[in-house]
Amino acid sequence: MSSGDGSSEPSSKISKISKKPRYSRFTQQELPACKPILTPGLVITILISLAIIFIPIGLSSISASENVVELVDRYDDVCIPSNSSNHDEKIGFIQDAATNKTCFRTWIVPKKMNHPIFVYYQLDNFYQNHRRYVKSRSDHQLWSPKSERATKLCEPEAQNDDDKPIVPCGLIAWSLFNDTYRFSRNDDAIEINKKDIAWGSDRTKKFGSDVYPKNFQTRGLIGGAKLNESIPLSQQEDLIVWMRTAALPSFRKLYGRIETDLEANDKITIEIQNNYNTYSFNGRKKLVISTTTWIGGKNDFLGRMYMTVGGTSLFFAIAFSILFVIKPR
Amino acid sequence: MTVTHLSKMRLWLPHSPPIFLNRETLELTVAITSAVTYAFCNKKVGSTALDFDIVIEKNARFMNQYFLLIACLQLWSLITPVNPASTWGPLIFIFAVSATKEAWDDYNRYLSDKKANEKEVWIVRQGIRKLIQAQDIHVGNIVWLRENDEVPCDLVLLGTADPLGICYVELKGKTTAALDGETDLKTRMIPSACMGIDGVIECPRPDKDIRRFDANMRLFPPFLDNDVFPLTIKNTLLQSCYLRNTEWACGVAVYTGKCNETKLGMSRGIPEPKLTAVDAMIDKLTGAIFIFQIVVVIVLGVAGSVWKDTEARKLWYVQYPKEGPWYELLIIPLRFELLCSIMIPISIKVSLDLVKSLYAKFIDWDDQMVDLETGTRSHAAKCCISGRLYGNENGDALTDAELLNAVSSGSTDVIRFLKVMAICNTVIPVQSKSGEISYKAQSQDEEALVRAAAHINFNASLIQYEVLDILEFTSDRKRMSVVVKDCQSGKIFLLAKGADEAILPHSYAGQQIRTFAEAVEQYAQLGLRTLCLAWRELDNDEYQEWAVMFKEANSTLVDREWRVAEVCQRLEHDFEILGVAAIEDRLQDGVPETIETLRKAGINFWMLTGDKQSTAIQIALSCNFVSPEPKGQLLMIDGKTGDEVSRSLERVLLTMRITNSEPKDVAFVVDGWALEIALRHYRKAFTELAILSRTAICCRVTPSQKAQLVELLKSCDYRTLAIGDGGNDVRMIQQADIGVGISGREGLQAARAADYSIGSVSGTSLFNSVSLMAYNVFYTSVPVLVSVLDKDLSERTVMQHPQILFYCQAGRLLNPSTFAGWFGRSLFHAIVVFVITIHSYAFEKSEMEEVSMVALSGCIWLQAFVVALETNSFTILQHLAIWGNLVGFYVINWIVSAIPASGMYTIMFRLCKQPSYWITMFLTVAAGMGPVLALKYFRYTYKSSKINILQQANVWEGQFLLWGT
Repeated sequence: MSSGDGSSEPSSKISKISKKPRYSRFTQQELPACKPILTPGLVITILISLAIIFIPIGLSSISASENVVELVDRYDDVCIPSNSSNHDEKIGFIQDAATNKTCFRTWIVPKKMNHPIFVYYQLDNFYQNHRRYVKSRSDHQLWSPKSERATKLCEPEAQNDDDKPIVPCGLIAWSLFNDTYRFSRNDDAIEINKKDIAWGSDRTKKFGSDVYPKNFQTRGLIGGAKLNESIPLSQQEDLIVWMRTAALPSFRKLYGRIETDLEANDKITIEIQNNYNTYSFNGRKKLVISTTTWIGGKNDFLGRMYMTVGGTSLFFAIAFSILFVIKPR
Repeated sequence: MTVTHLSKMRLWLPHSPPIFLNRETLELTVAITSAVTYAFCNKKVGSTALDFDIVIEKNARFMNQYFLLIACLQLWSLITPVNPASTWGPLIFIFAVSATKEAWDDYNRYLSDKKANEKEVWIVRQGIRKLIQAQDIHVGNIVWLRENDEVPCDLVLLGTADPLGICYVELKGKTTAALDGETDLKTRMIPSACMGIDGVIECPRPDKDIRRFDANMRLFPPFLDNDVFPLTIKNTLLQSCYLRNTEWACGVAVYTGKCNETKLGMSRGIPEPKLTAVDAMIDKLTGAIFIFQIVVVIVLGVAGSVWKDTEARKLWYVQYPKEGPWYELLIIPLRFELLCSIMIPISIKVSLDLVKSLYAKFIDWDDQMVDLETGTRSHAAKCCISGRLYGNENGDALTDAELLNAVSSGSTDVIRFLKVMAICNTVIPVQSKSGEISYKAQSQDEEALVRAAAHINFNASLIQYEVLDILEFTSDRKRMSVVVKDCQSGKIFLLAKGADEAILPHSYAGQQIRTFAEAVEQYAQLGLRTLCLAWRELDNDEYQEWAVMFKEANSTLVDREWRVAEVCQRLEHDFEILGVAAIEDRLQDGVPETIETLRKAGINFWMLTGDKQSTAIQIALSCNFVSPEPKGQLLMIDGKTGDEVSRSLERVLLTMRITNSEPKDVAFVVDGWALEIALRHYRKAFTELAILSRTAICCRVTPSQKAQLVELLKSCDYRTLAIGDGGNDVRMIQQADIGVGISGREGLQAARAADYSIGSVSGTSLFNSVSLMAYNVFYTSVPVLVSVLDKDLSERTVMQHPQILFYCQAGRLLNPSTFAGWFGRSLFHAIVVFVITIHSYAFEKSEMEEVSMVALSGCIWLQAFVVALETNSFTILQHLAIWGNLVGFYVINWIVSAIPASGMYTIMFRLCKQPSYWITMFLTVAAGMGPVLALKYFRYTYKSSKINILQQANVWEGQFLLWGT
């Protein structure tokens, strides 16, 4: 077959002219590769190490959460005249500016609470994440006095009846929470520090120190709290806190801090001004005081989930091992 | 084939023949006397109009329409929950990218067209040669070409420098260059009657079949006696070929670049909107997701509307207007539609295009692939002449002393045998400058035979034969013959060679064909390809009579192929069988290993071959295609009648169903005849068989059966990859989802068809069996970018369906069941992310920006781990892509968090400082991946027990590889 090879000569010359790039490990897909295979050993090791990591973290989370002392008190249903049983009466009560809405609650501190103790108000069934609501604000206006008229997004709380811009405009600011609390222990007032309850970044970069409230809550319909027009927005910390909208319909917002320790069995009296209308939409109001640990406030969820995941991993590790012993393939 | 449109042209030549040499000096007048003219349009070569309606064109597909709809909806500020830029940005980017690409392609095409148009060619007009631009060639012009010129349009040859009117063309397959610069030399002859003409060429309407040209030349007086001459593809010079080994040639233009009606132009120029399997599947699944989305939208929309009317009106702080606009009912569903729109990510299109072209690149680049696939090499190994077998166990017949002796002693049978070998073919000897003779053949078998014949020197001196007619090989006839005239004795012979079943039954009554049949069987057992050689002496009268019919058949415009075959049949009978030649079809090194690997990869192989059953089985065994007993089992489906086939089909099915539970290699073998019956009458059973079996050998199949099989498998939702190198694989390759034409020696036709089919799809070879390769790299980068862009999506929805975005990308969108798996997993992950986020960031931490960022980080973490779990092999690239994504996510968000004006100012820093954030991430990953890992491991390890349950419906990996030989 010697003559046969001659014929392939001319074509081989042509095939030299090919578009192939220079040889490289990339183009030839020959990069060094590791190919993990789900061997029983690997999987069981992963599961066991998951268990080993997760169970301690879960335990410490649970203990951290246990160490948090948290007092929660729902007051919207009690801070209302007992005679107003039906819905409309409640609404009538809360919307009547003339009535006295002061309400007293008494708590017994179950365990020693070290300072700082955080005071929150909790709203349930309040949709701060509603589309109309969330959008209804003007960040430009909040930051700069020059953008006072940048109220396009704030409808329907953009301008007052004289077409003057409302500062701060929008539904969020307009519906500012306005219940107030006063704590006292054995008739000694406990001071609530309301400084620095808002994020520092909001105070310095989002809310202008030269922006003052204007035409706020001057329309016929009054939503929530009024603002002191002589204090710049950057110092209106309740507003700043409120305007960090919550993602879920149940949320807590920081009201202030108690800078003294509360001893066990302390009897605490709280004077609540029950102003905010949650009765229209069957919302609930709660007052919460809580200490914190590294994990934050009281939250059993993480710890329990960690325990669950760790436990399940351990279970499956054992199950797979047994299965492997019984039936390797 | 339609022939209603005949373009007739008149060639008038005052001088009489024979005058080849000074043809160019002749006065040639060409007039178009079209009885039925067809409008020649005035466009130039190619379709150079730049497409500015790309947007419209792009939107032909469902997905694009969908995106456009979403983008338009987002412009409506009342309903848009997100910044319209989040959809418009990517959309504009995508359109910009593809429009740029297309414009660039068009521009390049325009340049090359322009070059082709303005190239100068010689035409002969009024006997004078003139140089004109290629674009000015009209139908009927006489074009004159010199050696190595490129043929500017389709020509019918009129004359060449060669006194016999022969010239050579080389088709340089532009598109095959990607494979390895395939070239092939072909002979072209001037029509035998074309010695001086005044006539009309009747040709069919231009088509794209580059292998056929069924035209006639009708001569005007004074050539009354033979007034119609058949023209075939042999008499043409097709556009883009190169004239070789011929000083000059001239021809009359029949199809010009105008209207792009040259054969090549048509086969290349019409972009077929053939979507690839992935595209089609993605469109299907996109449709499915869309329906799911619509359901979600309707349910949530109704719920939302109800909630709004009952509850939201009570929310005084929202200040719902009392009366909404009339379209109020639509608003909430439309908002949900927009929120859900990320279920079908825009980037999927870009990713797909990117992946496709990358794979095509990789294939092009891959040295090994070309090496492996360059086909088989054959050489004549053994032969059996009149009952005697030459060539011992391992040896070549060529070195067999006995054969050489027989040759030298002048044994008539042997000599005849060798004569047939040497003459009955279509091989072109090419003498190179050094005097060496090489052979250019269209089939490697022929080449092998001729070379073998040349190797065994004839004792006799030069014997001259005149070839009168060639009865060409077609795959349906499975044989070819030539009619030759011995120049010395004047006797006429019919020499034939072909498959045994095409030759042996046609032997003359009384010849013992048993020995030959046995020899065939014996060779086939050895995995050799067999050819029977036969001859017959013809009466002069018989031949004359037949020749007339043959000519007539050859000049029909309708069903020429079939009529010619019929006429050939009349001559091909009463053969004297001379012997059997066996050709070894050596497999390339590495083929068995490759097949083994691919089979392990879960690819189903079907071998479709024209070889005999036993040959096919041998080859199958030798290349690991089927395992030998006892590991493997071959089931035969045979039978001559419908009943027999049906029974054996049932039997095989039964066995198949039983044995599928065992880890046994079961393959079925079916021959062409049984296949025909099975396909026609028992299609359902055969389809089930096709689904059940992983391996099949189909022997003695015709090209159309190959194509039918591919179609059948496609109809079972398999994706098919057809690999073929022979001319008879062309149809199969075109039919398959992915056609791979291998340009081996024999392979020009296949490569051409494949490349044309591939070329006309999208200009790149598409390799869709992506699951075999590490695809993850390419899938992830874009979606992450998109999720980052989409960060300001309303968190509720992000949390509800965050994963879908990603899974649509990474999911093997290849079959609905895997897709459902991914979908379920993504739903699970969505729930995990949502539940964990809202619980761990509850109450005082429930700040919107933070919560949304926690949820998004959860998605990103999970995504990274999902990709990591699904990645089969980690190279540095994978690591970079997976973990780089993660790092990139943080880096980008830190940067954004540092900008005071951004909504998420300081958020990321704040989160990263909280231990609970990291604990939450860790939890998300573990809770999301743990079950997936466990399930995957369980499946992986105890797959075999699982398989029984899934057997019936299980489309294993759902891939088929059809191997045409």
